[in-house]
Amino acid sequence: MERDDTAEHETSGSTQALPAPVLVMGVIGADVHVIGNRILDHALREAGFLTENLGIQVTQQDLVDAAIETNAAAILVSSLYGHAELDCEGLRELCQESGIADILLYIGGNLVVGKREFDEVEQLFRGLGFDRVFPPASSPESAIALLRADLGLPVTA
Amino acid sequence: MRYALTCDFGSTFTKVRVVSLDDGALVASSQSPTTTSTDLRVGLQRAVDLAGNGYSLDGAHHLAGCSSAAGGLRMVAVGLVPSLTVSAAREAALGAGARLVGTFSHRLTDEDVAAIDQLGCDLILLAGGTDGGDSDVVLHNAERLAQRRVGAAVIYAGNREVTQAATASLSAAGVLTVAVPNVLPNLRELDLEPARVAIRELFLRHIVCAKGMELAADALGGTLVPTPLAVLDAAVLMSGGVATDRGVGDLMVVDVGGATTDVHSVAAGSPVQPGTVWQGIPEPHAKRTVEGDLGLRVNAGGIVDTLTSSLRFHPELEDADEAALSAYADRVSSRTELLPSGRSESTFDRTLAATAVDVAVGRHVGRIRRSFSPHGEVLVQTGKDLSNVRAVVGTGGLFAHQDAGIDVLRRSLARPELEGELRPVDADLLVDGEYVMAAGGLLSSTHPEVALALLRTTQRSGLVGKELG
Repeated sequence: MERDDTAEHETSGSTQALPAPVLVMGVIGADVHVIGNRILDHALREAGFLTENLGIQVTQQDLVDAAIETNAAAILVSSLYGHAELDCEGLRELCQESGIADILLYIGGNLVVGKREFDEVEQLFRGLGFDRVFPPASSPESAIALLRADLGLPVTA
Repeated sequence: MRYALTCDFGSTFTKVRVVSLDDGALVASSQSPTTTSTDLRVGLQRAVDLAGNGYSLDGAHHLAGCSSAAGGLRMVAVGLVPSLTVSAAREAALGAGARLVGTFSHRLTDEDVAAIDQLGCDLILLAGGTDGGDSDVVLHNAERLAQRRVGAAVIYAGNREVTQAATASLSAAGVLTVAVPNVLPNLRELDLEPARVAIRELFLRHIVCAKGMELAADALGGTLVPTPLAVLDAAVLMSGGVATDRGVGDLMVVDVGGATTDVHSVAAGSPVQPGTVWQGIPEPHAKRTVEGDLGLRVNAGGIVDTLTSSLRFHPELEDADEAALSAYADRVSSRTELLPSGRSESTFDRTLAATAVDVAVGRHVGRIRRSFSPHGEVLVQTGKDLSNVRAVVGTGGLFAHQDAGIDVLRRSLARPELEGELRPVDADLLVDGEYVMAAGGLLSSTHPEVALALLRTTQRSGLVGKELG
């Protein structure tokens, strides 16, 4: 059964023989910051990933459901309003319960309120089961490079 | 006069409508008890004879039929995640006019497969995984169904990467299998039409024969569709119009039957208020929901339960005697052929119908809620926003037999105490007093102008929504 892939799903890299990995992404909790989410989505597509962007006001269950259905390689959580700890507590456990225990979990943004050392924040979120934690104002490229490394993909220009 | 003759085989009555092909006028209506146990053609011929005026199957220039007799089209939907592919498979089955008798998610167990077999369904819609997404579960489920050699036909509408493998294992086990594109190719796109077409074709080619209805189909020009599909087709036609008539725009149809209450909406349903976040997978433009616990006869008890158990205010209860209503519901649910006699029984029927309309529409429409964030308030919508629907059509036996249809239908509209339910606000209320929705749908593809004229000229218009205040 032939189906035309939508333009959105085209991969840009010609070096990948394997199907591009699917990434589920979204802004968790009551957060409404949509701009960074769209920029990251665009950058990831440009880099040859397939994204399932759930947008803003996303729950843990939404992210896990989407990851199961799409056989996602990673869940990318954004949070910019300082309440990420509350919103993300139990996400890894939910993944474990749902049969995707080993999925990559990334998080980035303004994760805590007030000034705290990033090392401390990173430790906090690693403790919650995240594989990578990104400080405020990280570039999409830094996430893409780490994703390629974590997924064992060739590094392309 | 050139005329079309349509027939709707219901579980109780076989209904014939004769429509002028010159101007869409309804020239004759008749009905006779359905003869499921012998040959449907007996009831058909009796109904045609009752139409009188020499109208006949041979004399008609066009014939078309639909059926909900012999249990209708019984389907099971299987998917992976309940809110995603299971939901998409449900929408496809309901949108094709099926009676959904079961839904299953994740990996099917032995017990699940045994249950599916015991449900005695006609068709299984097997979804699971987006294209490029999970393929293990849908393949596992196909293999389980193959091992069991399920009696029903299977439509495969899952991850395209394993279409070949899944259908091969089912076919090898002797299960009639058809493959269509994924109902949920990705989380932003619902693709229901290919599955709906396949369901329609399988219904005609195999299920009609399996139920012994092929002779009746032959007598009606060779086609027979599930009745709810004909009603949905009529709704789509009324909404979109034809070259000479622009149609009514966004539309809702409430079909109050003896066993179920169906709600159809033809509208995008996208957020009306700017800045609203729309959550969940996309909604079908033509959407049908079925409430299996709300029917005026078989499930009258279900309506009374809803009425008495809910904390919600039901104006109908104010002047109804609850015990008497309950007794009436018991009586009509065991003797489904009973029609209301006398004023109090008619009132009971209206109370039951008004509740069914209210609850069914409440379940069909989307919801909106306010969410508060440190950056202010945001509106979050799930389901369809039907507040801008232009017309609500009521159809079903009650609307054809009683004058109070408009009052019943008014229960579909928004009320202040139902904040958050995205119901129609300023809609016109239209009553299908001649019971022609199915006939209109049956003629909608071959004679769209005639069908729309038929629907337009037979519907009684109630108050315009704005006049309600």
